[in-house]
Amino acid sequence: MTAGQEPPTAGGLSRRHLLLGGAAAGIGAAGAIGIDLAGEAGAAPSGAPVATPLNGTETVPYFGIHQAGIDTTPQGHATFLALNLRDTVDRAALKRMMRILTGDAARLTQGEGALADTEPELAVTPARLTVTFGFGPGLVARAAGEAPVWLRPLPAFGIDRLDPAWTGGDLLVQVAADDPVTIAHATRMLLKDLRSFATLHWVQTGFRRAPGSEKPGTTMRNLFGQVDGTVNAVPGTEDFEQLVWATGENPDWLVGGTGYVLRRVSMDLDKWDGLDRSGRESAMGRTLVNGAPLTGTNERDEPDFTATTPLGFPVIPEYSHLRRARSENRAERIVRRGYNYDDAPTGEGISNSGLLFVSYQADVDRQYVPIQQRLDTLDLLNQWTTPIGSAVFAIPPGCKPEGYIGDTLF
Amino acid sequence: MKTTTTIAGRLAVSAAALLLALTGCAGAGSGPDDTATTAPAADALSVTDSWVKAADTGMSAAFGVLENSGRTDVIVVSAESPAAGMLELHETVVNDTGEMVMQRKENGFVVPADGSLELAPGGNHIMLMALTGPIKAGDEVTVTLTLSDGSTVDFTAAAKDFSGANETYPGDMKTGAEE
Repeated sequence: MTAGQEPPTAGGLSRRHLLLGGAAAGIGAAGAIGIDLAGEAGAAPSGAPVATPLNGTETVPYFGIHQAGIDTTPQGHATFLALNLRDTVDRAALKRMMRILTGDAARLTQGEGALADTEPELAVTPARLTVTFGFGPGLVARAAGEAPVWLRPLPAFGIDRLDPAWTGGDLLVQVAADDPVTIAHATRMLLKDLRSFATLHWVQTGFRRAPGSEKPGTTMRNLFGQVDGTVNAVPGTEDFEQLVWATGENPDWLVGGTGYVLRRVSMDLDKWDGLDRSGRESAMGRTLVNGAPLTGTNERDEPDFTATTPLGFPVIPEYSHLRRARSENRAERIVRRGYNYDDAPTGEGISNSGLLFVSYQADVDRQYVPIQQRLDTLDLLNQWTTPIGSAVFAIPPGCKPEGYIGDTLF
Repeated sequence: MKTTTTIAGRLAVSAAALLLALTGCAGAGSGPDDTATTAPAADALSVTDSWVKAADTGMSAAFGVLENSGRTDVIVVSAESPAAGMLELHETVVNDTGEMVMQRKENGFVVPADGSLELAPGGNHIMLMALTGPIKAGDEVTVTLTLSDGSTVDFTAAAKDFSGANETYPGDMKTGAEE
């Protein structure tokens, strides 16, 4: 018996893949950003022009103070999963669960197959994949941990028509990438890991413009055609730091983490069709062409709420979304990172669309709730939008390569 | 004794393995035969991407990639683990009826010099029998490999729920013949 007689197993491709994947993961762990050229290095003859790196090879570092997927430039696609823990899952099981999830998320985000990956070829195109875990009230209770006061269902709003099928959950898994095949594979692997610990509660999938379709940094448009998310703190700034990562009164295990709100907002496209362009703009308080406030010309112009029309009415109506969402209190702000959804309609309908409103804020009660209360009281957009799902999660901090997500809690 | 770990240590280990491989190449020309300073075979062997199939009782199997950074073949002759009463090194072969079956690899796993050997479902693997307790998803199982020179390598394998790796053994009750 010699080495040469070993039966060909999965073969050289797999081995090479594992080795390359391992190297790329090492680079990611060391904090290097972005484009994984390691996979291409062997292919190009020296002196040959270097090909434009593909979107698919880009990676986002996994380990760090914060989990990726929050201050990451939004990817083109996202799948949000909520799971409910099985009754038998105790604190020890939660540790096992998070260790296995962390290990696989770390590998997949760096373009490496998960452990025991049955389709590792689908993992080699990470396309800026991020996997972000969030803990619902039920999980923190199961871990006998201290919950931040805001980790509970949002107060009931008058406009809400919540469907339990889209509401709550013990564990959030946010899987985002610029390629939906990558997301499908990562989601599949993570759900296989979770099978013995939890059952699936809801799945929501969303999308934005594909990478490369627009200039980076362009504010997204929702399916009403509105520029959606103009006022958003920029990652890396002191403002973002305060709004998202502030420790405030959160328990120690949440330092480096944040609060997470996901609202499924149904948008009645058919009713919206009945509104003319000026009506649409006054409902929003911004123009449709570029999202400028009705008192300005550019998207980022500051709105002038004192400006009036020749008839004496405010140019930006009191009932507009822009006016109602804005608070005098600068602490009452959030960072939004939403996605459109466009699911199959039922019955005679021709649309089942909306927005997966996702916001990050260090303190949900102090930052998010006051805004939503104002919008609940008055916002003309409520005529066409209805929250039908709602969930709040605590996003634990990131971890070191030798740790796992949630290790500060368990 | 060498120890490698999964998850936490794995990334570092992969990088280290690459470095070892590189330095191994660089040094290859300097002394073709330095048997006088032969190091234990364990120094050249590392295990990455290791995992074990979760199981409540009975049998399980461990998988991973064995990498040999040395200039001579490394032979794994046996394995032990606190998780199981008996471990065997298995291979997958085609029997005389054309069926893929698992059987004990009598002469051990040969990890070629400056090469690697993959242990994977449907191929070579380390069989765990007479489990000493349930292996639950997320558990870490320690396995000790003994090499032909008597040196040993420890690795930990993360347990994963896995639907495959359902071995068929010669003489087993068959659950159904191939169509």
